[in-house]
Amino acid sequence: MTVEDRFGQGLEEERRNRVLGTVSETVTDPVSDWATDFSHADPVWAADPYPIHDDLRRRCPIARTERFGGAWLPTRYEDVAAIAYDTERFSSRAIIISNNKPPRELAPEGDAPPITSDPPFHHDARRLLLPAFTKSAVAERETATRAYCHELIDALEGQEVVDAARDYAQHIPMRVIADMLGLPREDGPRFRTFVENVLESVSQSPEERAGHFDELSGYLVAQIHDHLADPRDDLTTYLVDAELDGRKLDPVHVVGTMMLLLIAGIDTTWSAIGASLWHLARTPADRERLVAEPGLLPTAMEEFLRAYAPVTMARLVKEDMRWNGVDMKADDWILLSFPAANRDPAQFEQAGEVVIDREVNRHAAFGLGIHRCLGSHLARMELRVALEVWLERVPAFTLADPAAVTWSAGQVRGPRTLPLRILRGPVHPRTRSDRR
Amino acid sequence: MKARIDPQRCQGHGRCHDLAPGLFTEDGEGYGQVIGDGTVSPDEERPARLALANCPERAIDLL
Repeated sequence: MTVEDRFGQGLEEERRNRVLGTVSETVTDPVSDWATDFSHADPVWAADPYPIHDDLRRRCPIARTERFGGAWLPTRYEDVAAIAYDTERFSSRAIIISNNKPPRELAPEGDAPPITSDPPFHHDARRLLLPAFTKSAVAERETATRAYCHELIDALEGQEVVDAARDYAQHIPMRVIADMLGLPREDGPRFRTFVENVLESVSQSPEERAGHFDELSGYLVAQIHDHLADPRDDLTTYLVDAELDGRKLDPVHVVGTMMLLLIAGIDTTWSAIGASLWHLARTPADRERLVAEPGLLPTAMEEFLRAYAPVTMARLVKEDMRWNGVDMKADDWILLSFPAANRDPAQFEQAGEVVIDREVNRHAAFGLGIHRCLGSHLARMELRVALEVWLERVPAFTLADPAAVTWSAGQVRGPRTLPLRILRGPVHPRTRSDRR
Repeated sequence: MKARIDPQRCQGHGRCHDLAPGLFTEDGEGYGQVIGDGTVSPDEERPARLALANCPERAIDLL
């Protein structure tokens, strides 16, 4: 097969042969009892999930829902860690809970390797990507990221109230991943739609979700064709040329991995930046301390990641089994809440409090085990630079209207509307060193 | 005192080389590596203990 066939006819055939999984009824009623009927798509959860987690951890540490075709929610760190490590009994073939459980034949690759892959396939698929995401590899993007953060703040000049989620946080990861994949920078608004469709629309019908999937996949295939005609030094060209066991990657693998890289890096980091600014806006003592002691930021940032971990993953139970006191059935979902694990008092002192100089912080914001977030070093670089630049240019700010803050629902949680009032006059102009 | 990373447990979170860059580094795939023979000088003891206390996978030993 020629390369062109691989992303034309070959991809079309694979798509036609797709097997649909099991579809369950969509239930969007308000939650009546979190222990037996939880929903992470419920507005109460989106607004503040931590009291729900804390309550469940005390009275029902592995909660249940019949929604989504049946799911479990462990809230103890110990249980979350055990499931993350147990790839024998819990599959990653789908990691976003919806009303469609993909067929078992989708394993071990899944739709978006390697996040949806199980061993042994997972290892090699992940290995292809690791070198591009090491700490030293992502450090090369720091200067450009910092310059872009300054540009975003320049654009806020003259405003007293700014939406830090919409006008700052969201743009940073979009720009970084567009550059890494070699996608047009001006496609940012489309990325936002893709993210919302994949991650924040879990209650839509399987047909609607499939339509969104095809739209995203169509966009990526067009980008692949553009790279075939004009190869560049970026991840898209790298994936098109990459080989596993002496063969070029399956076209579905290439598109699936691009989907992962595009979607997974955007609203996660956007959420982490937004949640950190939200915390600082409502906690003047922490904000003032970080402005006075910028060297504390790396430690504080880990605490923001612990306390406001944006990402919750999912697994599927492989076989019927009794597990830590509950009867799990094959194909039950597990909502793998790293945010709940990160606030377990059995693992963290003052678990419910944000302690910005916390020295011992074994949080699980980026997961545990073989699926440790591939982009964690990139996310940390973006979060650190975004906060450094913000605090330098906008050292004093507060929530303009706490009631106006909105949070995304679903498995990635962070502020989507975050109006901040800038105190002590307009934003600071750039210093000479910023202009370098 | 010597620092050691259990390669079976390390998943490349990178906390060790963030917190104790004099003792740890990363390999080409981002997994943690001990620099040299891992001998911890008295100056490095505090960063070494911080790295141990912050490794999410509990992959670090100080012997």
